[in-house]
Amino acid sequence: MATILTRYGDGTPLTMSEKELMQDLEAGTQDAADRGNIPALSKEELAHLFDIFSLPYNFVSVEPGNEVVLTYDAGTLKIRRVGVNVDRIQALQIYEKIMGADTMELCHVDYSFKPIKPIVTMEQPILEQALLSTHVPLFYGAMPNLGTYTQPDGPFPNPSELMPMGDIEGARASYDATVEEAVKDIVYAARAMHASGADGINLDTVGAAGEADFKASLMAAAILKKEFPEICIEVGMAGEFILGMHGEMEWEGTRLAGLYPHEQVKLAEKAGVTIFGPVVNTNTSESSPWNLSRAITFMKACCDVATIPIHVNMGMGVGAVTVNDHPPVDVVSRASKAMVEICRLDGL
Amino acid sequence: MRAAGDLVARVQMARGMRIAEAKAYVAEKLSISVSELTDPVIMTEVRQDLQIGQIMPLPGCAKGIEAKFRQSEVLGLDINCVDRFRDRTAI
Repeated sequence: MATILTRYGDGTPLTMSEKELMQDLEAGTQDAADRGNIPALSKEELAHLFDIFSLPYNFVSVEPGNEVVLTYDAGTLKIRRVGVNVDRIQALQIYEKIMGADTMELCHVDYSFKPIKPIVTMEQPILEQALLSTHVPLFYGAMPNLGTYTQPDGPFPNPSELMPMGDIEGARASYDATVEEAVKDIVYAARAMHASGADGINLDTVGAAGEADFKASLMAAAILKKEFPEICIEVGMAGEFILGMHGEMEWEGTRLAGLYPHEQVKLAEKAGVTIFGPVVNTNTSESSPWNLSRAITFMKACCDVATIPIHVNMGMGVGAVTVNDHPPVDVVSRASKAMVEICRLDGL
Repeated sequence: MRAAGDLVARVQMARGMRIAEAKAYVAEKLSISVSELTDPVIMTEVRQDLQIGQIMPLPGCAKGIEAKFRQSEVLGLDINCVDRFRDRTAI
């Protein structure tokens, strides 16, 4: 019986027997099916995943003609994070011409809409100049990051302090107030960048602060879409389900806490979002086959019900990619291949 | 940009098309097959012929915003920065 070389979710190398591989694939899809109340993968789909993990190659890919496009979050921020000392327009050109990126995103190192608002007039000329010298579609992006609206970083009482004191109503009122302010900031910055010629607006890491984060993003998207029907809005999520920090918050009659990707995308569509980026978190103590089978199950359910393009988040710690600053190509390429071939998604 | 990914992405962004539909749309506009969209050799020639921007910017070829004017025309799409350039320069 062959030995399969793979990894744990943290990237640590792991060897498995064929029997163990299939057991993990079955357990991963069942976990997603139970949590999301969605169909588990079929025997044929599990067999396809088994074949992908059995390939002896380091890098694997899809058949010619099945390639998908890539969108990026925070590209101009990440090139500085790794210590490459170039300006942001140069970073965009590096991604476009040297890395062959399909799209790019201009962003500020303080990657949230709240701090962008007072400096947006400094951001606009950078985007305008970048648009003159680049060719690929350029997004402007930032995070809703509702955590920045509560004390000590913002004006509103901190719900995480109010909750332990038993002030549930006060905490909920604070969440409601942050939504109102965040929508204003997102719309203000997005309007400005759209006016400067951005090809799209990216709301990234949506839901990081719970359902208030998601609600603010949906509300902002709806306002922008109504004002600019032609605008492209991409929403990339922070986690696989909406954290219920408030518990009773709703948008358009739907309770937001606990929604999984196949439910999130329907609200995104309703808000006028153009491209949706769902997330499945990687479990570091489970194997890559377990994580990928689980992630594919969630993403397939999302792609099956979506009517808008789906760009699954595939990066460090999400989409079955390992939680490691240097994601190994064997896992990244297997996860990407499986996502494209089984989920029939539109991009990564 | 080594092939046609940026053009397919533009169609997804502008028209909200899923991947198969977006690829078919771009292939038809470029008068090539869907499988040729990801061939860097074929696409370099196509991009050069249509002046829609290429990795190696040869002397005299359309670059940056010039190439995006061509992309807008070839794909039949409005491109935000192209429209604004046109307005601001009174073309």
